[in-house]
Amino acid sequence: MRQLVQKPPGRYWLVFAAVLVLLLAPAAIAYLDQPFYLDVLMRLMILAIAASSLNLILGYSGMISLGHSVYIGIGAYAVGIPAYYDQYNGLLQLALALGGAGLFALVTGLICLRTRGAYFIMITLAFAQMMYFTFVSIEEYGGDDGLVIYARSDFAGLYDLENNVRLYYLVLGCLLLTLLLVHRIVNSHFGMVIRGAKSNDRRMQAVGFPTFRYRLTCYVISGMICGLAGWLMGNFTGFISPEMMDWTRSGELIAMVILGGPGSLFGPAIGAAVFILMETVLAEVTIYWHLYLGLLLILVAKFGRGGLGGLFQRNRGTP
Amino acid sequence: MKIRITLLSVVVALLALPASAADKVKIGFVTTLTTGAAVIGKDMQDAVNLAVEDIGGKMGGLDVEMIFGDDGFKPETGKQVTDKLVKSDDVDFVAGYIWSHVLLASQKSVLGAGKFLISANAGPSQLAGKLCNKNFFSTSWQNDQTPMAMGEVLNQRGIKKLYIMSPNYAAGKNMVAGVERTFKGEIVGKDMTKWGKDAQLDFSAELAKAGASGADAIFVFYPGKAGGAFIKQYEQAGLTDKLPLYTVFTIDSIALPKLQKAKMKAVLGSLNTQFWGPDLDTPQNHRFVSGFKKKYGRYPSFYAAQSYDSIFLIKSAVEAVGGNLADMDGMRAAMEKADFPSVRGAFRYGKNHFPIQNFYLRKVVEDSDGNWTTSVVDTVFEDHQDTYAGECKI
Amino acid sequence: MDSTLLVIQILNGLQLGVLLFLLAAGLTLVFGIMDFINLAHGSFYMVGAFFCATLTLWFDSFLLGLLLALPLTLAVGVVVELLVVRHLYQEDHLQQILATFGLILVADTLVHIIWGPEGLTFALPEVLNGQVTVLPGIRFPIYRILIISVGLLIAAGLYWVVARTRIGMLIRAGASNRRMVGALGVDIRYLFTLVFGAGAVMAGLAGLMIAPITEASIGMGNEILIVAFVVIVIGGIGSIKGAFLGALLVGLIDTLGRSFLDGMLKLVLSNQAAETSAPAISAMLIYILMAAILYFRPQGLFPPKGR
Repeated sequence: MRQLVQKPPGRYWLVFAAVLVLLLAPAAIAYLDQPFYLDVLMRLMILAIAASSLNLILGYSGMISLGHSVYIGIGAYAVGIPAYYDQYNGLLQLALALGGAGLFALVTGLICLRTRGAYFIMITLAFAQMMYFTFVSIEEYGGDDGLVIYARSDFAGLYDLENNVRLYYLVLGCLLLTLLLVHRIVNSHFGMVIRGAKSNDRRMQAVGFPTFRYRLTCYVISGMICGLAGWLMGNFTGFISPEMMDWTRSGELIAMVILGGPGSLFGPAIGAAVFILMETVLAEVTIYWHLYLGLLLILVAKFGRGGLGGLFQRNRGTP
Repeated sequence: MKIRITLLSVVVALLALPASAADKVKIGFVTTLTTGAAVIGKDMQDAVNLAVEDIGGKMGGLDVEMIFGDDGFKPETGKQVTDKLVKSDDVDFVAGYIWSHVLLASQKSVLGAGKFLISANAGPSQLAGKLCNKNFFSTSWQNDQTPMAMGEVLNQRGIKKLYIMSPNYAAGKNMVAGVERTFKGEIVGKDMTKWGKDAQLDFSAELAKAGASGADAIFVFYPGKAGGAFIKQYEQAGLTDKLPLYTVFTIDSIALPKLQKAKMKAVLGSLNTQFWGPDLDTPQNHRFVSGFKKKYGRYPSFYAAQSYDSIFLIKSAVEAVGGNLADMDGMRAAMEKADFPSVRGAFRYGKNHFPIQNFYLRKVVEDSDGNWTTSVVDTVFEDHQDTYAGECKI
Repeated sequence: MDSTLLVIQILNGLQLGVLLFLLAAGLTLVFGIMDFINLAHGSFYMVGAFFCATLTLWFDSFLLGLLLALPLTLAVGVVVELLVVRHLYQEDHLQQILATFGLILVADTLVHIIWGPEGLTFALPEVLNGQVTVLPGIRFPIYRILIISVGLLIAAGLYWVVARTRIGMLIRAGASNRRMVGALGVDIRYLFTLVFGAGAVMAGLAGLMIAPITEASIGMGNEILIVAFVVIVIGGIGSIKGAFLGALLVGLIDTLGRSFLDGMLKLVLSNQAAETSAPAISAMLIYILMAAILYFRPQGLFPPKGR
């Protein structure tokens, strides 16, 4: 039988090595004078945060959301709209991002969580599309063209995000925090109920757990973490548009999670890394790189059950 | 985790490549090379390649290196490739950009790095007004100008009641605002249809409305593949004789061959406005159009014309400073003079670096080889400047 | 609002509805019987359109193009089933989503490589290119009437197959209890391939019928696929009846919303506000409809019995 409570993911040294590499990367990149790769790593880590948040509901509680990128959009607009009114206060923007994402998740979650399976997939998509069309129609905030953000969030001069390396370390910190948070949630009593509800909701209810409330809480937390990713994304790209909420973006997030291995702590980050890597390297070589990405996805679906992260964990020899 | 380590080793491997020599002009060109919109990108890419060939691959004694980037029709992707061109490839100029939203998303990456940005198509009002920049130049037009010319044409032709159709996105709204600014009659109906990746391509409902609206004419803006789809349905709905068609950026040499193949005769004789036409009588245009037709076997589109011009604009800058690419001020001063052979003939730059140029009325005709094309029939505006230039504080 | 326009718009809505039905029927059957989520179903819509356009231009005959494109699309459907889809029936939905998302990328890129980015278009034969009087004073394109008729005919045929034939019995049995069909000693693999192929052909037919109106273009299937998913979710996954009624409902609401919403909003809002909000709301209308239906009926309007 599968253990309900996961041990901390193994191969500590690999995790430490990865963190060390990420910590030292800006220095190496500065030494080699290739600032573009700092951007690549930042985008990778932001998407890893978003994918990890999706993993929380998709991997651990079986809720496949095809509207998760809407929270990236909400987080990014929480930077862009205040900036449009020359309001760059970082704490305010962050609060708006987390609050807005949480509120949206709460309201839509009340409706979405009534449904299961494919119906859940489609209703999350429906709400994301509504949000997408709403922002397309708000001309004040650029409509379809989006908004340019002239300055990044300001923390009273204490931590200057205009410096790319500073932003990089903030993103890295947020990623580590997210992974830690997901790890703690999943292995808590709360997480046990969530995962129990995934495999047998009725039994958990019969045992006396109000699983709806648990699942809703999980859904809201996931939305807020993704809102954080959106806040970082808005700061990173300096630009927001409704396109960030498009359903294909949500599809890519799903692909990252499954590619890396749903329900594994590092899986989504690995999936995001593979995605960005393919995009960065293959797109250089051929404009037809989607062909190879597509083939990879099909092969992983067919042979790599549990995703790349799953392969990696199986190496540990867990039963 | 392994993946990240691999990423880093790839990074290191890429860095080991030899650094670029300084005896080259590096030009990044961002356009759409995937998705259905790639048909526009390909036309631009073909025109750029032709231009580089026509100048012998040299500018002011330096070799020209072109690096193309694909924006995938998405602002975010466009910004990424722009970042790569600026930070990794270290180009001297970034040109291209079909779409307003891609250009808006990417402009900071180029201008913030102190490089030249040259739009070969997109002309959003922001960049003409508040966001104008000393290092930004356009070889096309500001969005409002072409429909403003069309509004004038409608007045001249005695149109009293007009029906308007356009996609519901920023450029579409600019087009509608432009025609509304100059058209003096009544607008009896207006449809802004869904745009974006799942754009609406079946206009049956709107055309039925238009037919019943009592309008004398219909003004349409549908770029790319939507244009062809619109024209077919316009004919199928039986509106050809009832509701004369006036378009901007809809019927071009990308749509026409397809329409001709499909024998959509409704489009013949329809009118549109543009700053250029393949039969415009200038020496550079003869060279461009005949060269393009010879090399690729088709008429160039206005996208191609603007892209061709962008290379010659850059060339004029590089030659003015004798190949000293560090002399930004010298290159800027040279470009501001617009002293290069343009396919549209001589023009000036406004202080926002958008062209002050003529706009022509064009008619869809069959050429002597039996191919459908557009032909200039009249000049609507002479030396027309966009309305946002006043907001530009350079 | 004027009644002539209303009739025309209802016909336009019906035409969109039957197209959606042709796509949704295959989607809902494959989903209902094989429990397989096929995000790449729209690719058959695209492939059908490209085959038909190529062949029509080749032979200069729409009829020939249509008749040859259908078996070709079937062949593509069967090959995809044998090579990829078949191996994923046992996997969970996540693997299926991943693989079929990959299939979309592969299909779109292959079409780009084979046909180029510009898309294909072709003319309707002269007989189909006119208008016909449907009611006194109301004229409507013949070709769109044809689309509606073909769609309704196929819906009726499909209903007959599902309700009256042995294969239909197996399909119904499969939709409500998958294991039972296997227990009946039917070669389930053959049935699956058949259903998948039939779904592909119907999608291809929808694509090739719309091609002369719009055109065959890369990604055309992805655009409409999401709407087809809305249809089957509204109708209840696995239900042909649900798919049919859902498709007509979505087709009508979308079309009527696009044409009359701004007029209706102008009664309650200022002209300016109505003009800016109408396009956004009409684009959202079907999603609002879906969310509302799922709120009251989380399994859609006609959930197959026994699930």
